[in-house]
Amino acid sequence: MMPSLLDGLSWLLLLSGCACLLISAIGLIRMPDLFTRMHAAGIGDTLGAILVLAGLMLQSGLSITLIKLVLILFFLLFTSPTACHALARAALAGGQKPLLAEPNADNSPAEQSPS
Amino acid sequence: MLGLGCGSVAAITWLALRMDLIDREGHPLHLTLRAPLFWFWLLWEIVKANGQVIRVILDPKLPISPRRFRVPTSQKTDIGRVIYANSITLTPGTICLDVNETELDIHALTADGELGLQSGQMDQLVSRVEGH
Repeated sequence: MMPSLLDGLSWLLLLSGCACLLISAIGLIRMPDLFTRMHAAGIGDTLGAILVLAGLMLQSGLSITLIKLVLILFFLLFTSPTACHALARAALAGGQKPLLAEPNADNSPAEQSPS
Repeated sequence: MLGLGCGSVAAITWLALRMDLIDREGHPLHLTLRAPLFWFWLLWEIVKANGQVIRVILDPKLPISPRRFRVPTSQKTDIGRVIYANSITLTPGTICLDVNETELDIHALTADGELGLQSGQMDQLVSRVEGH
């Protein structure tokens, strides 16, 4: 009873994690510019990774693998915002202007992004 | 063998704590006790924000209204601001573009993301984790 329950829960988590990654990929294609694409990528980075790793943790049971998976999740959640921030700053420094819904006064006006 | 290793690590940490040797910037050990509660709250925020962004992506009309704005920070130390900025970036729909002493430059995907940050709840909670 218990193993099959755990197995089912683990598959549920893995599948919903995969769905999150898929939606994040769809978002990457649908979004109009770099900054909005980063928001879409954020889904795969956070909920996708959390759900897939949680599913794998249930599969691994109480072993050294569990500790490794927890550490992977831990480091992922610390490093991905840093990488995201670095990417956004690099894009700004490289002259990318974020596409804005309502160009306001204190920022440079929105440009239609090429492509 | 492993137990011996863990034991000596714990003993050294305790000694270093007593001697006040811990580098507060590199290893913010004083934050570890308060942080887990905040993590659980942040996890829930991440799940909620993910739901919002997923709905936006799957909507055929793609109802985005990207915006850029500044929010004030109430943290006193660099590490507090880093925690706040990273929490914002980790929440889908909002990205921290730039940090300075008093403000964060934020890019948000929807109006909801902006309202959530302007309410200042996350700011207060991070300040409480910082505990100064």
